Amino acid sequence: MRADHAPHVEEAAVQEEEILTPEQLAEVWAAEAPEPAGPVANLLSSLVALALGMGGLVLSLKLGLGTPAEPRPGMWPFVVSLVVAVLSVVQIVIGRTGGKDGEKFSAYSWYAAIGFATLVGMVLLMPVIGFEIPSLLLCFIWMRWLGGERWRSATMYSILIVGAFYAIFIAALGTTIPRLF
Amino acid sequence: MDFFGPVLDGFGVVLDPTNLLYCLLGVAIGMLIGVLPGLGPAATIAILLPMTYGVEPVTAIIMLAGIFYGAQYGGTITSVLLRIPGEASSVVTVFDGYVLAKQGKAGTALGIAAIGSFIGGTVGIIGLTFLAPLVAGFALDFGPPEYTALALLGILLVATISGGSKIKALIAAAFGLFLATVGRDIFTGAERFTFDNLSLADGIDFVPIAMGLFGLGEILYNLEERHRAAAAPVAVANVWPSRKDLKQSSGAIGRGSVLGFFLGILPGGGATIASLAAYAVEKKRAKDPSRFGKGAIEGVAGPESANNAAATSSFIPLLTLGIPANATMAIIFGALLIQGVTPGPQLITEQPELFWGVVNSMYIGNILLLIMSIPLVGLFVRILRIRGAILAPITALITMLGAYTIRNSMFDVMLVVLFGALGYLMKKFGFEPGPLVLAFVLGSLLESSLRRSLLVLEGDPTGFFTRPISGTLLVIFVMVAVWPMVKTVMNKRKKANALSLETKVKEKV
Repeated sequence: MRADHAPHVEEAAVQEEEILTPEQLAEVWAAEAPEPAGPVANLLSSLVALALGMGGLVLSLKLGLGTPAEPRPGMWPFVVSLVVAVLSVVQIVIGRTGGKDGEKFSAYSWYAAIGFATLVGMVLLMPVIGFEIPSLLLCFIWMRWLGGERWRSATMYSILIVGAFYAIFIAALGTTIPRLF
Repeated sequence: MDFFGPVLDGFGVVLDPTNLLYCLLGVAIGMLIGVLPGLGPAATIAILLPMTYGVEPVTAIIMLAGIFYGAQYGGTITSVLLRIPGEASSVVTVFDGYVLAKQGKAGTALGIAAIGSFIGGTVGIIGLTFLAPLVAGFALDFGPPEYTALALLGILLVATISGGSKIKALIAAAFGLFLATVGRDIFTGAERFTFDNLSLADGIDFVPIAMGLFGLGEILYNLEERHRAAAAPVAVANVWPSRKDLKQSSGAIGRGSVLGFFLGILPGGGATIASLAAYAVEKKRAKDPSRFGKGAIEGVAGPESANNAAATSSFIPLLTLGIPANATMAIIFGALLIQGVTPGPQLITEQPELFWGVVNSMYIGNILLLIMSIPLVGLFVRILRIRGAILAPITALITMLGAYTIRNSMFDVMLVVLFGALGYLMKKFGFEPGPLVLAFVLGSLLESSLRRSLLVLEGDPTGFFTRPISGTLLVIFVMVAVWPMVKTVMNKRKKANALSLETKVKEKV
């Protein structure tokens, strides 16, 4: 069992500090949570949604609406596009002061952008040189720069992971993933 | 015998070695991703969809279901040890679980949570066994108008219950419905929004959308979020709870199980709401509510039983009505459709071995999970030490290579990556991807039932309200839709009244 020895004084102090009531904990979480996206993001994203809705309306009209008893192919898409468009306008008005949803982009958002770029790179390279080298590069970039691993561990784990994927997808399952070896 | 025959046959399906293996695989993966903060069950199930192509439908669903309820067990571990909920449904467990861990009772908290989860899960399965045939029998009489109302209500509830902006969630849902219309119109054969592209003629495939929006979207989002990560866990000793602890929490486990079961059935309900409600109930019932937040074992037992019961019972609307109650169920719905199985009231009678196979596999899964979370808990705690930096590229590669294997097409992989970016951006701008995927899955059902109903009703929409079931459902729909607006107006009026009262008082003075 535990508690063979008395806890250190420091440890006890830390424990005191860390015991929080649910309300305090909720406050800590709220303080740690990223900032909401804000009014500009709301306006822009709602405008994009509005544009999609309007586009849907125009395209649906081209397909023809018909009547409720005899709808033509455009009727239902027209209705849902109308919902998108109307709600987007409502959101532009309601969210004009920002609201609590969404998250502001931070310096770390570049990590997601770089991650996306490496994924696109992998899609473009895979048909040309197989999956091994792009996967290795992706693992290495994600671990070394996006994850802050050391050079040595990033290299080692990348090789191990790609090796394991080769063993599973090519050797064991025999899939036709484009490959170099 | 009529009733129990197929139920017992279902055990035969479960005990098939392949199915047992996939059940074990599913619950182990579920437990694992529950332990690892970041990837949730919806994302994991989406990423692993390609795995289900090569196997029988019942085997596939047994595995996917295992991931879902397994995650409810695993999510507890990080809540108790690190004060980080591994899953949304384990948030309230943090309040008392972490304090218990600090008091040196991490083992007790985890042990009680595991037992509560097991009992909650089992109550859920038994309830499912008896209630599902009733619901399905009732739903056999449903016509297109009822399905229209049900699908509309399901989408609305999922959108309004999701956190964040409700309007944005509804926009996402409506857009999901729009995406579902791409391709050939089933009534007229006309091509819609295909821009003469052959690969769009059959519509947009569900798998790249789910894998991208849920899977890659969440992976990209975690790349950014991981920098808020936490410290290494404490060691866990003695997971077996004492008799006193068990006695103290037995009431909470019972109440949590029943409450969770009923909340899980509701569309838009599910494990998260069930755990919140169970915590509130326990706190309200307690003789000394001030103990809560300071290490009350009932605060762990109640919510953990409730989230497992709810995770189990949320299969009822999916398997009996064909209406998924939440985003994870929407993906399982999609997986069933891929397998050529359309969930609905006829599923129990037409494919009893699938239905009862999946339901009964949950007994086995829960036993496996109990074993994993009591004697083997140390193993899963150790997994917490694997760094997110190493896991992220692994999950990304599984998604990319998995997406390729579906149809050996790079186009699919590209679609997944693009939907991944869309999923990430949606999250950043406050649009939940869940309602979009749910609406996309239900889109064609909703449109075809709506059009069929209008044919039957000769184009008169008031006909929906004269049929008792569709009428009731639509009245609920309108109430759910209008209620937030009424509430805002009432709050404003209250404020205005309070203000005018104040000024009147001041005037008098």
